[in-house]
Amino acid sequence: MTVKRVKNAAGRFVPTEINGQPVIPYKGVGKHKPEGRKYSPRIPSCSDFPEDGNKVTGSLEEALCKCGLRDGMTISTHHHLRDGDLVSNKIFEIASSMGIRDLIWFPSASFPCNDPLIKYLDNGTINRIEGSMNGPLGRYVSEGKMKGTAVLRSHGGRVQAIQDGEVKIDIAVMAAPSADSFGNAKGTGGTSACGVLGYAKADTMYADKVIVVTDNLVELPCFPMEIEGNYVDYVVVVDKIGIPEKIVSGTTQITKSPDRLLIADLTAAFLEKSGILKNGVNMQAGAGGTSLAIAVFVHQILKNKGWKSKLGFGGSTKYMVKMLEEGQMGYILDAQAFDLDSVASVERNANHVAYPVFNAYNYHSKGNLTSMMDIMILGATEVDLNFNGNVVTHSDGYLLHGIGGWQNCLHARNVILPLPLFRDRIPVIVDDVTTLCGPGELIDVIITERGIAINPLRKDLIESVKGSGLPLKTIKELKEEAEKICGKPEKPEFEDDIVAAIKWVDGTVIDVVRKIKNN
Amino acid sequence: MKSAVAISGNTGPKVRSDCEITLQLSGKGGIAIDLTSKVKTLYGKSIVNLTNQVLDFFNIKNANVRIIDSGALPFVISARLEAAVKKLTDTELEYLPDFLPENDYSTTRDRFRFSRLYLPGNNPGLMINAGLHSADGIILDLEDSVATDRKDEATILVRNALRQINFCGAERMVRINQGERGLKDLLSIIPHNVNLVLIPKCESPEYIKKVEKEILGIRKKLNLQNQVFLMPIIESALGVENSFAIAQSSDNIVAMAIGLEDYTADLGVQRTAEGKESFYARTRIVVAAKAAGIQPIDSVFSDVADMEALRETVLISKSLGFEGMGCIHPRQIPVIREGFAPDETEIEKSKKIVFAYESARLNGLGVVALGSKMIDPPVVARAQKTIDLAIRLGLLEDNWIKNISS
Repeated sequence: MTVKRVKNAAGRFVPTEINGQPVIPYKGVGKHKPEGRKYSPRIPSCSDFPEDGNKVTGSLEEALCKCGLRDGMTISTHHHLRDGDLVSNKIFEIASSMGIRDLIWFPSASFPCNDPLIKYLDNGTINRIEGSMNGPLGRYVSEGKMKGTAVLRSHGGRVQAIQDGEVKIDIAVMAAPSADSFGNAKGTGGTSACGVLGYAKADTMYADKVIVVTDNLVELPCFPMEIEGNYVDYVVVVDKIGIPEKIVSGTTQITKSPDRLLIADLTAAFLEKSGILKNGVNMQAGAGGTSLAIAVFVHQILKNKGWKSKLGFGGSTKYMVKMLEEGQMGYILDAQAFDLDSVASVERNANHVAYPVFNAYNYHSKGNLTSMMDIMILGATEVDLNFNGNVVTHSDGYLLHGIGGWQNCLHARNVILPLPLFRDRIPVIVDDVTTLCGPGELIDVIITERGIAINPLRKDLIESVKGSGLPLKTIKELKEEAEKICGKPEKPEFEDDIVAAIKWVDGTVIDVVRKIKNN
Repeated sequence: MKSAVAISGNTGPKVRSDCEITLQLSGKGGIAIDLTSKVKTLYGKSIVNLTNQVLDFFNIKNANVRIIDSGALPFVISARLEAAVKKLTDTELEYLPDFLPENDYSTTRDRFRFSRLYLPGNNPGLMINAGLHSADGIILDLEDSVATDRKDEATILVRNALRQINFCGAERMVRINQGERGLKDLLSIIPHNVNLVLIPKCESPEYIKKVEKEILGIRKKLNLQNQVFLMPIIESALGVENSFAIAQSSDNIVAMAIGLEDYTADLGVQRTAEGKESFYARTRIVVAAKAAGIQPIDSVFSDVADMEALRETVLISKSLGFEGMGCIHPRQIPVIREGFAPDETEIEKSKKIVFAYESARLNGLGVVALGSKMIDPPVVARAQKTIDLAIRLGLLEDNWIKNISS
């Protein structure tokens, strides 16, 4: 069966149907206008639930059975336990032993700890993953071994798909560091604290059945609740939902690499000299080593100038918490906490607020947080001469990362990508990105250790740093400089088979990943 | 034939931008290449082509080559191959990658040498971006940072790095080995535009003269125009005692450095942060260097994480009369530069003195006074030095004096 492929607005050939469902090709930024009404899950009745509110069920297996687990269902999980997650794999272990087949796993992200799921992809328990695919899972998909086609969405795209009914979750299994018997749950407390549960909201609201799994059953009410018990069908108590040291790092570390520090230095200098960094700024940066260094340098500038950032959006780290506590940041709105300092801060600081991704990133919403951010620091595996970005595949063609919040964050006022010009001989700037994840019109500045390229569309930014002494170059000059050092790379070869689809924030298909050709 | 199999280069989980090559000459069957590389998709063909080219250059027609590559650049791969070939065959040939035109520059005797960054000579990963960190000098080290059994391959790598890496205007320095090995090093590196040679563990003027003679010989033979400066490093009690004679031993010496790790070991004392044990040696080196009209350069500061302690050390160093310091991490460079540069108070004071002197001179006055205080000529000279330094560092405008007068 061949599915028709069409050229989308970004010039990429994409199918009109994925996994038997029709899809809409990407139309351009802000061009696709959704129609109709939001998806609605089944209407429950209190008469089906215990009057004393106690929904504790014997085991995860029992809860899954009671939820009517059967072939072809969509099972959602969140990734707040990160690489320490002990719950997601368990679901499929149970399903496999029950002989269930063709499940769709719909996580908000996957981690190396999920690699064992490959055996359930192999034995048919799981048909496909719609979420992020890292490391060996990505390799598995890229080699065409997964039965269904993977669908990759941003964090915002994921909640949009849930809200719009593109993905109908049959059972949401929500691990929770603390929960009460009614199903109210939060990210703090117990031995598996992850801080906040910013990725759980849409799942609990829209799934047909919701199971909360906790290793820390607390007295009702579990407060402040991020998952509200009214949405929850069953509560399961287990010994351990996660491995603490893998859930949050003891401490996030700024990079020690001299080159990355140089990039961070240049980024801070750019923010200051361009005037983007100013009193009252809203900002967001990730938890990577370079981003953390930038946060530290920015903090110093704010301090020196006596300025204050109005709000920062998490993933939070101790460096952001430091800004909050030392008075250089008014609020942290937080979807996930990356280290122990951040987890502690959420618990004790009223201005460090759990803020769901559903509110922050959903594009099919009445506005969201991302477009209000002045400074957005992001990464990429590749950027091309038109400033298009790739975050899911490497230049060798293998699927290796999820989109995360990257696409959503592109809507910020100033999108800045601090990147090494080449990584172990692999140039970051290419003629055409291997996989298109974000259109160049939304990417403003590339900052490398060998120079800064500003998107020609941002004439205001170019003007703002004239005569600043910053090493400004065109993106083409940067590309040529890298190729002079590394040599011109060859391109990977692909088969025609599509192994993954990349969704844009509005649910349209911006690009696909094809199967790696085996030489 | 020396031995059957040769290995060169490095591999391992932490190795970046390098490769390990195992070369085995065979009697027949042509060249067989077994390549493992994380950049195989992007550069596999080019690595294989380069390998064939290099082996052909050395006239090797039959061999088994195993390459475990961690993203090595072409000049690194060819250096590793050449090193392996030279372990198996006797050859004078050198496979030289192109010499980048931007590397064709010379330096001057009196340029700043505030910071000079040490790079281990057998670690290509640290070399590639070294020029981006604005050190006054970059030292490709063949001595202490290279294991004894890796000296040959490091020399080839350093030679290729001198040709292929753009150090962005930093003074191109090489630290050679001691003794005969050091003289042999010169043969490999001098033809590739080395601006300055660091001579370790200097104890007498005689060795400097040997180095100078060797360099002169190479320059004459190859008709090289570039000037090669020398910087002896004093690292022993005997070296300290002979420091003035060493400093005077060649016109090409532009600076003299002290190495405190070896010096304290020679004395049989602990090296402390406070540095009482090396105070005499350091001041002695400063005086000897100043007497000989060259720059005294301080030892490296080894705690790369402690920037505050480095800052303090630099200020002490500057107050003793040193004009620069070694770096072992790029992050130390700005701290050292800022430390050695004149601060605002110094500049302001010097401006007043020089301005007073110039006004007195214009008015034909023999005596210079600032307020009610007389100023002696050496004070004016020192102020003028500070002003010159500030102008060259871009801390002061060239025509500052006009701006004051008008």
